[in-house]
Amino acid sequence: MRWLAALLLMALPAVAAEEVVADLSQSRVGINATFNGSEILVFGAVRRNYPVSPAGELGVVITVAGPSTPVIVRKKNRKAGIWVNTEAVEVDQAPSFYQIVTTAPLDTLVSATEDLRHRITIDRAIRSVGAPAGIGNAADFTEALIRIRTEDGLYAVQEGGVTIQKDTLFRANVALPANLTEGNYTTRIFLTREGAVVSRHTTTIHVSKVGLERFLYLLAHERPLIYGLLSLAIAIAAGWGASTLFRYIRG
Amino acid sequence: MQFYLPIAEVSVNAFVLLGIGGIVGILSGMFGVGGGFLITPLLFFVGIPPAVAVATSANQIVASSISGVLAHLRRKTVDIRMGLVLLAGGLIGAALGVWVFNILRQLGQVDLLVTLCYVIFLGIIGALMFIESLNALRRTKGGKLPPRRKHNWVHNLPFKMKFRTSGLYISVIPPLLVGLSVGVLAAIMGVGGGFIMVPAMIYLLGMPTKVVIGTSLLQIIFVTAFTTLLHATTNQTVDMILAVLLLVGGVVGAQFGTRIGVMLKAEQLRIALAALVLLVCGKLAADLLLQPSEVYSLTALRPV
Repeated sequence: MRWLAALLLMALPAVAAEEVVADLSQSRVGINATFNGSEILVFGAVRRNYPVSPAGELGVVITVAGPSTPVIVRKKNRKAGIWVNTEAVEVDQAPSFYQIVTTAPLDTLVSATEDLRHRITIDRAIRSVGAPAGIGNAADFTEALIRIRTEDGLYAVQEGGVTIQKDTLFRANVALPANLTEGNYTTRIFLTREGAVVSRHTTTIHVSKVGLERFLYLLAHERPLIYGLLSLAIAIAAGWGASTLFRYIRG
Repeated sequence: MQFYLPIAEVSVNAFVLLGIGGIVGILSGMFGVGGGFLITPLLFFVGIPPAVAVATSANQIVASSISGVLAHLRRKTVDIRMGLVLLAGGLIGAALGVWVFNILRQLGQVDLLVTLCYVIFLGIIGALMFIESLNALRRTKGGKLPPRRKHNWVHNLPFKMKFRTSGLYISVIPPLLVGLSVGVLAAIMGVGGGFIMVPAMIYLLGMPTKVVIGTSLLQIIFVTAFTTLLHATTNQTVDMILAVLLLVGGVVGAQFGTRIGVMLKAEQLRIALAALVLLVCGKLAADLLLQPSEVYSLTALRPV
């Protein structure tokens, strides 16, 4: 029995000694007609099964990723005097939204190998398998994708956005913009020490259209003919109504 | 107040949309045009995706045209027979246009096609209208009457038909072709095509000016309604909330526009309209010719 106890003791440090426990202020976001963005509070604590902190600074990295879709990136070139889309590269998977919030500069918290394994930085979160033959600079297209989405406020890195108290409690605000798309937003919380990820927690924010927005969207996609006829009915009623109303006002 | 548009999937200020509807309404009331040629580019400027802008404008034009045609029906200035012939061509044209639109959308060239169409047609119509109204202004100063129109090649084609309201006995081929080309444009550009059809009816078919507007509006209602349905069923790009916001602004604006229109002279109105058409054309042409600040563009596909 003694050797078993010794084995257990040796094995213990290898099991996650520090564990992250986290939650969100809300796990559902409803997009209604007057939706104007939303702020989500990510909070949590570090659970330890021993009193002394290990070596290295404690870091927290939070990523929120919107649903991934293939994206076609097109490039305009001048042809016969006008600017025309000439080249196109399909990026296999790119999140519609990607925010990184950290306690310190990202490259000091996560090493390149850990980034590769967990796909933490924006460059890693985008998957681009290959460009069609004939386009040499496929990297430019991925770069353009990141640049455009960063300018639109969809991709962002907020270094120092996570506040941490007494090496245990942490909290961060993640702002969701007004032009949000539907889907599941995967939220990952990484605990790091000296560039290595020591613990991770994954949770999901469900973003969906609600009420009128949901009704119209579903109608448009599932019963397009009825939706089209309904649009026309509204237009006809409005045109006829306006004509009658103003004739009544005038005469 | 921000409004989230369910189909366009963007959040836009409701007052901006009401304002666009209002401005276009004022102009359509002043000049008797549907205003589609203004609404679509304005929607591009506020960030509505082009496909949604085109499809939703078509829906908006249905409403403003119905409002207009009812007034003309009361005054008996609609040639229903001519309208039906134009319509037959128009429906074929609209189906053709939506088909072309979808192919180009897949190729990623739809923005180019829409912009090119706008630049070409607005440029030609604007310039012609400007010259014509300048000449008209000069004539009225000189006190001369405009010359009477003579018979042209249009009157020598087969399949003749009587159009009593217009007082015409001409072949059905030219009105069919006019209807067809307007249908194609309606689908591609999201416009009613009144600004092309009205000159074509006056100068090509020789219809009397007083029945032209009502007849073109009649045809526009059906072609844009058909286009709306086609876009709704094939692309799912008609945004009902966007359409309603534009409608409310448009309906109110049109009433103010009509009042302003009464205060101005016909030639002054036409010159103002021509200047406006050329202005929109110039802005779109500049977008094509000048180097864009961002040469890359993104199209997100549906998840697989």
